[in-house]
Amino acid sequence: MDRREFLKRMGVGAAATTAVLAGCDSRNNPVTGDKAAQGDIPTDKMTYRTNPKTGEKVSLLGYGCMRWPAVSDDSNAELDQEAINSLVDYALAHGVNYFDTSPAYCKGFSERATGIALKRHPREKYFIATKLSNFASSTWSRDASLAMYHNSFKELQVDYIDYLLLHAVGMGEGMKEYEARYIDNGVLDFLLEEREAGRIRNLGFSYHGDVRVFDHLLAQHDRYHWDFVQIQLNYLDWNHAKEINPRNTDAEYLYGELVKRNIPAVIMEPLLGGRLSKVNDHIVARLKQREPDRSVASWAFRFAGSFPDVLTVLSGMTYMEHLQDNLRTFCPLQPLTEKENAFLHETADLMMLYPTVPCNDCKYCMPCPYGLDIPGILLHYNKCVNEGNLPESRQAANYREARRAFLIGYDRSVPRLRQANHCIGCNQCVAHCPQRINIPKELQRIDNFVEHLKQGTL
Amino acid sequence: MLRKIRLTLAVVCFVLITLLFLDFTGTVHSWFGWLARVQFLPALLALNVIVVVALVVLTLLFGRVYCSVICPLGVMQDVFGWFGKKNKKNRYFWSPAKNVLRYVLLGVMIVAIVLGAGSLMALLAPYSAYGRIAQNLFAPLWQWGNNLLAYMAERMDSYAFYTVDVWMRSLATFCIAAVTFVLLGILAWRNGRTYCNTVCPVGTVLGFLSRYSLFRPVIDTSKCNRCGLCARNCKAACIDSQNHRIDYSRCVACMDCIGKCHKGAISYTRDRKQPNLAVEQDNRELVDKNRRQFLATTALLAAASAVKAQEKTVDGGLAVIEDKKIPKRSTPIVPPGAQGLWHVARHCTGCQLCVSACPNGVLRPSTRLNSLMQPEASYERGYCRPECTKCADVCPAGAIHRITVADKSAIQIGHAVWVKENCVPLTDGVECGNCARHCPAGAIQMVPSDVDNPDSPKIPVVNTERCIGCGACENLCPARPFSAIYVEGHERHRII
Repeated sequence: MDRREFLKRMGVGAAATTAVLAGCDSRNNPVTGDKAAQGDIPTDKMTYRTNPKTGEKVSLLGYGCMRWPAVSDDSNAELDQEAINSLVDYALAHGVNYFDTSPAYCKGFSERATGIALKRHPREKYFIATKLSNFASSTWSRDASLAMYHNSFKELQVDYIDYLLLHAVGMGEGMKEYEARYIDNGVLDFLLEEREAGRIRNLGFSYHGDVRVFDHLLAQHDRYHWDFVQIQLNYLDWNHAKEINPRNTDAEYLYGELVKRNIPAVIMEPLLGGRLSKVNDHIVARLKQREPDRSVASWAFRFAGSFPDVLTVLSGMTYMEHLQDNLRTFCPLQPLTEKENAFLHETADLMMLYPTVPCNDCKYCMPCPYGLDIPGILLHYNKCVNEGNLPESRQAANYREARRAFLIGYDRSVPRLRQANHCIGCNQCVAHCPQRINIPKELQRIDNFVEHLKQGTL
Repeated sequence: MLRKIRLTLAVVCFVLITLLFLDFTGTVHSWFGWLARVQFLPALLALNVIVVVALVVLTLLFGRVYCSVICPLGVMQDVFGWFGKKNKKNRYFWSPAKNVLRYVLLGVMIVAIVLGAGSLMALLAPYSAYGRIAQNLFAPLWQWGNNLLAYMAERMDSYAFYTVDVWMRSLATFCIAAVTFVLLGILAWRNGRTYCNTVCPVGTVLGFLSRYSLFRPVIDTSKCNRCGLCARNCKAACIDSQNHRIDYSRCVACMDCIGKCHKGAISYTRDRKQPNLAVEQDNRELVDKNRRQFLATTALLAAASAVKAQEKTVDGGLAVIEDKKIPKRSTPIVPPGAQGLWHVARHCTGCQLCVSACPNGVLRPSTRLNSLMQPEASYERGYCRPECTKCADVCPAGAIHRITVADKSAIQIGHAVWVKENCVPLTDGVECGNCARHCPAGAIQMVPSDVDNPDSPKIPVVNTERCIGCGACENLCPARPFSAIYVEGHERHRII
């Protein structure tokens, strides 16, 4: 190094140091002191979509009331009404006006809690969606179904319902079950009359499972005039639904069918019960690198919200932080660009490489009559998949740590008596799973893996 | 100096042996498992000639070093005595040996060993008594401490600690351990090594040998001024300072007297001197349990049951799971390697090391009178898992022989019996087959219950030739509280 070079380097070095030190000075730093890094959430920037039938403006972010917070982690714990009230207040104040519940949610307590929270606000400020959740065969009779319908009014403390859905048609035995629940007992005709009478302002259905039921109901559109349809749509299910489960249907097809008939779509599971935010570290890095200021979840919401015929995107927000993060995404929604869309589809392809079980923790399968904690087991398994704690063999580099993390974590998240080895394969849960997971098969596969880990025979 | 060496070695041995009973991860055992094997009675029962000869030679050379260093029960009494000493100094005094009691109890022990009366043997053996105390009284405290750490680790997302179940294996054994602990505590607190020199059969045997030991503390009559300080600090009550006599059959070579003597009159040397053979009777009544200790024991019991009650409330919004109950087995089950009931009865000292080591909640001390405190298997909490041979690894007495994992899969300790009335496919009308799915021996098949109807509910059939009695079927059977399939033990284990 000659003298000139030395002096040059010194000069550059000194300049750089000065700049860095200046950066450390709090006066030069824009986000220290009294200004938060993320900024406030605007109360008047919510993106709205118009219901073509009524012309009402529905917030693109809808509140899903399936995952209300409970007072404690104990699965027997009551719902935390105070927390629910403040979530509802905050959501309304920031422009959310669609609340989606069901008599089945939160062990049957969701409607009441939602009703109590909303009753504190003027009725015209929000839209209530609820469902006729007559899954159990004991509620298939006309009397039982109507009792459930009338009870919803009582629980929600309302005299009309904005959006009423036939709940999860296509599940269980498909067409046969749909007819037993709504056609043979004349319940659908009753609901049509109720719509005439104005007690139901919009009538629609939510669909899971057998696509023949979906096709059949849309084919009857001229007769029933569906005001909206609720479908599962996200960037994994857009065209990987068949790979996840051959009996599922790609969201691309479902949405396309609705657009053809000009029926607004309500989107459920945009985040797959959190599976699209609890992703593998590689995926997190990929998404965060592209948009460091946006959450991983925001990509999923922007994907669902970018479709023009979507009326609202439901998110079951348990915590204030979920709500705030989603409000940042929807106030206003920035639709995905074509490039971003392609990027997200590539991401979906990458995600498919991780063998997670498509459980969204909806708990429809619970309680298992033999005491298993089914979602607990599946979520622990998925967590280990995403954290790379699923060693392929004893030769794997991280075998010891992964084995420890998997087995100790398993005992922590699921009590021993509720673990997969107690699944007897009675198959009672299978009909309840909206994702159509073959639960006993998955549990026995996981149990087999656990046995190999325990015996050291992987 | 000698005393300091003795103290250091004793503390190290005591802590490590205690850890053998407390550590449920098995790491301590892989390093220091031999400490249990050098205990006199287990070595004798295991017919471990090398250890027995070594201990005999050790005693013949240095006196009852075994009692003051290796035996955990002896060291525990010293700990009590040490606390007692803080209260009142120079409080021991010479007393004549109670030889009749000593030799009668030794005789009882020998008869018990010869007849294979395991429960009596287990009651008298010193190492076993300590094992019971460690397993029943110390282990729960250790485990609760561990669970606290695990609770914190869970919150820090660390896998360094994991929770373990704290449960009482047998009320009878717990009570025996608690009573032993309290009685020994009082005896040691007041009079030092009373137990070792009147009750303990190992102490009697070693005492017989130590009369002839090469090295021993000797009083130099030319220096001694009969102040009696040595006698008042002798926890074995074996120094008759007035007559310059030491009862070497009772001296545990603790070296305390050597340091206490102001005149330097006592030394640990090879000098020979006529042993004191004073045989006198002096009936000293045992002290009643005092109230405080009684209350302490009750409190421990109450704490244990409170924890049990807490466990039941965490079921949450999930289906309630009824606790399994122990089925009535006509033959008890003993673990693989134990060879059979007769073998356990002959060799087991009831030290509870296997019970502490069992990670599956299978082993617990028996409550039957003829095998009291000896291990027995039951499958309500877990089953005898194929990859585990921990009980066989730890047994110091040769009651459970060492086996490999491969051996284990071929040892038949019992066989499964089907109970039609409880079987879920018949009672609930659902598919099951959980027993067949989890049988590591492939001994269970599911067949239609109606021979003529292949679609009828499937029930298990057991191939008793292949069944090894591990209890996977019983433990994982959904029927509660009594399983629809349970294991009957075999009196003699077979290799299949």
